[in-house]
Amino acid sequence: MPYQSGIIERILDRYPAQPEYLIFLLQDIQADCGFISSTSMQRVSDHTGVPVTQAYSVATFYQSFRLEPHGEHEIRVCLGTACHLKGGQRIVEQVERRLGIGPGETTEDMMFTLDTVNCVGACALAPVMVIDDEYESNITAGKVEKILKKLQQD
Amino acid sequence: MDLNSALELDTGRLTSHDDLNQLRRQIIESQDPDRPQIIVCHGTGCMANGSPKVTRAFETALKAAGIDAKVMPGIKKTGCQGFCSRGPLVLIKPRGLFYQHVKPEDVEEIVQKTILGNEPVERLLYKDPKTGETIETEEEIPFYNLQKRVVLHNIGKIDPTDICDTIAMGGYQALAKAISTMTPEQVVAEIEKSGLRGRGGAGFPTGRKWRGALQAVKKKGGPVYVVVNGDEGDPGAFMDRTIMEGDPHSVLEGLILGAYALGAQKGYLYVRAEYPLAIKHLEMAMQQARAYGLLGENILNSGFSFDAQINRGAGAFVCGESTALFTSIEGKPGNPRPKYVRSVEEGLWGKPTVLNNVETWANVPLIIDKGADWYGALGVPTSTGTKVFSLVGKVNNVGLVEVPMGTPLATIVEKIGGGVPNGKPFKAVQTGGPSGGCLPYNLKDLPVDFDSLTKAGSMMGSGAMIVMDDRDCVVDVARYFLRFLEEESCGKCLPCRLGLTRMREILDNFSHGCGSETDIEDLTSLSQAIQDGALCALGSSAPNPALTTIKFFRDEYIAHVRDHKCPAGVCKELITYSIDPDACTGCRSCARQCPQGCISGEKKKPHQIDTDQCIRCGICMETCKFDAVRVI
Repeated sequence: MPYQSGIIERILDRYPAQPEYLIFLLQDIQADCGFISSTSMQRVSDHTGVPVTQAYSVATFYQSFRLEPHGEHEIRVCLGTACHLKGGQRIVEQVERRLGIGPGETTEDMMFTLDTVNCVGACALAPVMVIDDEYESNITAGKVEKILKKLQQD
Repeated sequence: MDLNSALELDTGRLTSHDDLNQLRRQIIESQDPDRPQIIVCHGTGCMANGSPKVTRAFETALKAAGIDAKVMPGIKKTGCQGFCSRGPLVLIKPRGLFYQHVKPEDVEEIVQKTILGNEPVERLLYKDPKTGETIETEEEIPFYNLQKRVVLHNIGKIDPTDICDTIAMGGYQALAKAISTMTPEQVVAEIEKSGLRGRGGAGFPTGRKWRGALQAVKKKGGPVYVVVNGDEGDPGAFMDRTIMEGDPHSVLEGLILGAYALGAQKGYLYVRAEYPLAIKHLEMAMQQARAYGLLGENILNSGFSFDAQINRGAGAFVCGESTALFTSIEGKPGNPRPKYVRSVEEGLWGKPTVLNNVETWANVPLIIDKGADWYGALGVPTSTGTKVFSLVGKVNNVGLVEVPMGTPLATIVEKIGGGVPNGKPFKAVQTGGPSGGCLPYNLKDLPVDFDSLTKAGSMMGSGAMIVMDDRDCVVDVARYFLRFLEEESCGKCLPCRLGLTRMREILDNFSHGCGSETDIEDLTSLSQAIQDGALCALGSSAPNPALTTIKFFRDEYIAHVRDHKCPAGVCKELITYSIDPDACTGCRSCARQCPQGCISGEKKKPHQIDTDQCIRCGICMETCKFDAVRVI
């Protein structure tokens, strides 16, 4: 759903029309719509009184905001220190090879988006991969293969 | 405590300390200490390992067992119990049996044997890896009994979503005591006297910070703001998350006490977006505290009003820095500003602001409740109290550890942590996250406190402790942290924006076996320039991992640049994989997994790797069950 005015209006109503609520609004829109479209950005800008250029500066400064739609499944590979020591980078490379996309990219069929994260704090399970908010622990290249195959079949 | 206890008991607003005490008595009297209770860890680690499924299995199994309602065990979901590498963890009270690696399939046996038969399930008990002895209870396990859990005392015992559980354990006693018997000035004085220093990294004395804010208010006028820094961004650190998830009221009570001491009416909790459960538990805690008259208008009918809101971070490491955090709360990009004027004078909205870390705030109620003298007796004179560490990396007992300040490094890593998995001594411990340093094994007796760590070239940081063994390369680790900070640098000041990139380029060269010994010197002098010139602590502390690894592991750097070797076998350009023909069974599993298809050999005969085709992805080594793949 790229833009649904009803949803955006309802989100705008949650917060006072003040610049300090810009980040709250962008977070809520992303949570409901998956990304922040240019139309919703304009609406947020009008509502808060923050110039649209500055709203973009906020949206691009923080890593969690997306300006493009993402894939059906979100794969996040943890690259925290513990995961790094236990081969997190190898896992990223394996997913890259398997799906033909790099971190921050989405497959053409809009099935998968790959991202890396700094640390999910589940260091006892390192290396960790999070798929649509499900944690997968002690990941190996073989497990990556199994998980992706299953998601592609479903 | 039952989940619905809050509903059964008097939920009216509390109007005095006596009211709180009465409610506490009511809650305690409603509990039957002999009634069995099943405590399931619902920290992030255990949940990822499947503890919610275990909880559901208990619910089903108990129902099916047809136990009389009067003796039906309660099931309690707690925050992280700390021993993450053994999860999912289950505790059975009142006996205190500690079960590890519990799977839903084990639940039926636990119900039949332990709940109905009062017998332990032997195979789920902890076995001491050194002595082989089976240990029944948490208190007897070295991982726990060598710790001193002060800040974490409630975590793993209480249900963080039920304020009554907290109140029964003595929650909000400090607040009630302060409001009814202490002046704000006395609260500040008590914190000053305790010697508490900020747990976020720099170790600035908390009392002095509060005093500074009071003076600023006197000089320039208010309002004053109190802020919780819950933007725990250090990779490998999860202390603050555990506190916010497992005992949210301790943070909230600390914040309210701070507000009372400083005369603040509004507070903010800035929490990292990656911690949704912490945000949820804090929100619930605030709602419940408001309902009981412990937060909001006219707290405990004292005339003192204070409320707080949660700001979710949006994914920027630099927002853990005070001034960047303030600009983020104001709704802007989190750029730090030069600190010619301290944030206690001009912080949030340009007003005096006290920003403390989660763990610091959680210490405040303890100090007010038990007194500064009690607190000062913990730890060492210049670093009082305890510190929570997340012990991760190549260590047997991965988890959360709380020890008095000044505890030797080896006690934490080897005794509590159980040492590294291969039984050899650890190679290094990285403390303080990306801004900290790498301490070698020969500093194993170093007392872990603010000043000793700084003297050794590292820092306390927020408390991440990453253990490395001989298969970890220090050049690679330094490069990892620099790449991390280069990515997270906000780009406002040149030393950080360009300096870190240049440092990372030099380290990239090293890991490719290029560069020279003079580059090592250049790296050192560039580091010093960045330390002197960067605008905020992200930049000025960024060279620490490189500097300490050069200081303590110079030989390893020289091996990279002069001999073009990576002794730990990590830097891809400098290693080759090969198969030991004596160990290889010819099972073909590596050949099947190899993404390059460059492993050949007949079935049941030793295989070979074509090194020209090999991309050194390491999958063969990971796949081999016979340890036949070697790195040279």
